Amino acid sequence: MSSGHHHNLFIPGSTVVHRLAPEVKLVAVFAFVIAVAVTPRRSIGSFAVDAAVVVVLFALARLGPRTVLSRLAVVVPFVSFAVLIPFIAGGPETEVLGVSVSTEGLWGTWNILAKAVLGTSASIILTSTTPVAEILKGLSRLRAPAIIVAIMSFMFRYLDLIVDEMRRMRIAMTARAHDPRWLWQAKPIATGAGAMFVRSYERGERVHQAMQSRGFTGTMPRLDTRSASMREWCAAAIAPIVAIISLIAGFALT
Amino acid sequence: MLAMHAPDGFLEAPVAIVCAVIAVAIIGYGLRMASSQLDDNRIPLAGITAAFIFAAQMFNFPVASGTTGHLLGGCLAAILLGPWVGSIVVAVVVLVQALVFADGGLSALGYNVINMAIVPAFGGFALFLLFRKFFPRSASGVIGATALASALSVVLAAAAFSLQWLFGASAPVPFDTVFGAMVGVHLLIGIGEGFISGLAVGAVLASRPDLVFGAADLDRKELADRTPVSARTFVIGGALTAVFFAVVVSQFAFDDPDGLERVAEDQGFIDSARDHAFGSGVFADYATSGIGNETISLAVAGLTGVALCALVGYGLFRGLREARSRTAQV
Repeated sequence: MSSGHHHNLFIPGSTVVHRLAPEVKLVAVFAFVIAVAVTPRRSIGSFAVDAAVVVVLFALARLGPRTVLSRLAVVVPFVSFAVLIPFIAGGPETEVLGVSVSTEGLWGTWNILAKAVLGTSASIILTSTTPVAEILKGLSRLRAPAIIVAIMSFMFRYLDLIVDEMRRMRIAMTARAHDPRWLWQAKPIATGAGAMFVRSYERGERVHQAMQSRGFTGTMPRLDTRSASMREWCAAAIAPIVAIISLIAGFALT
Repeated sequence: MLAMHAPDGFLEAPVAIVCAVIAVAIIGYGLRMASSQLDDNRIPLAGITAAFIFAAQMFNFPVASGTTGHLLGGCLAAILLGPWVGSIVVAVVVLVQALVFADGGLSALGYNVINMAIVPAFGGFALFLLFRKFFPRSASGVIGATALASALSVVLAAAAFSLQWLFGASAPVPFDTVFGAMVGVHLLIGIGEGFISGLAVGAVLASRPDLVFGAADLDRKELADRTPVSARTFVIGGALTAVFFAVVVSQFAFDDPDGLERVAEDQGFIDSARDHAFGSGVFADYATSGIGNETISLAVAGLTGVALCALVGYGLFRGLREARSRTAQV
């Protein structure tokens, strides 16, 4: 599931959504996703409003339907489980296309589908319009633990390097006719992973020594101190506020 | 389901919030505990290891003709780096996957971190220490213990997810069904995880044994001891564990479905649907009606919960003690 998407999801652009400060976007996306997650499953109207917000944001950020749909693919394994629910869940049953399925199970499917798609869409808007370095800056401006942010930033700096090194290892193995079909033939892959750990760790040691010799004291210097303006906060607040209003309306109506 | 990056809305909000609080508390405390290992500012090391775990999750290994699996790495990270640093590193990987790759819901971060980082790291490490007691003090003993603990750590994570489902299910699928399916499937995934993790630790032991946290107590001679004597112990231990789990799991996987349906009908979901909005979950709906099912559900939930808590607690305790003794040595 998590395979094959190591490419940076950021799509360069200069739209309103791209230009917002990262910490503002992070807070807005979290607030929106939480509002969606607590929305009662039966208030379809609230979900429709949330969906409209997401579509407007996709349009504002110039994200085409093909990009969005291909990125939504990460939810597929869970959606396939959600589709099974009406058949294995209990409760009163309804006829759908001649098949008798659990009513409450259908609501369960709808609930997971709607929330997974809306939540992932919000994440897609964030990741497609914000470079990784900006997301990290946003996290540190929001006072996330410095160690976590530092570990994340090193992870990013070396991710492509290590992925490429692993890929070269696999190519070398394939070139030597290693083509495993069964688990017990996978020993070279496992020992390769062990070797990769040693190489990564030793690279970490070298990097650490190099940094220490250049005066690293344990904290990364902060390069910018720009903070988001009031206007940015207000602009970004629109989406979660609409979601919260529709959530409250949904509670009132159901 | 394989990598367990649950999306938003998979569990009800209260359970998501409780999980988030627990995850933040454990990782936050872990950051303080791990500072003895990260204290000389070895942050680059942790970051590059996180990149390694991320990369390892991307590459598939064959399982059976045509199908492939990939490493989850929670238990492997704990054995290589110790449970505190290991759980932090994997938690960072999960966080990055959600924040930067839109994989896994933001509101699901709490339970995703618990299931993918905390439970495999601490539960798996506790099992590792347990198995080490039965295996000889040698490199092959460490490899065998790694394989078994990593395999079972995946099953533990599946059990943890089922428990969360019991309290915060977003759909009326009974606990028994979810538990049986999750644990059963992950028992199979665990075989691949154990095989790859064990051999990977073996490869690290061969070149840089000092990098394996879980083998820090072995001296040079013991590390060189790779006699296949423990193979028999390993096979017997593995077989016994598998049989034990198979017996336990089959109890719930083949549970009488008619009984479950009857309970659901008795309960009448239309009436309780309103309560669902803010999530009392299946626990309230199921375990309070239908005596037979209640007993089974509660027994399974109780036993799983006790076992999970004991293992995670034991892992926390040992991790704590080892972190302390390491600081004392320095």
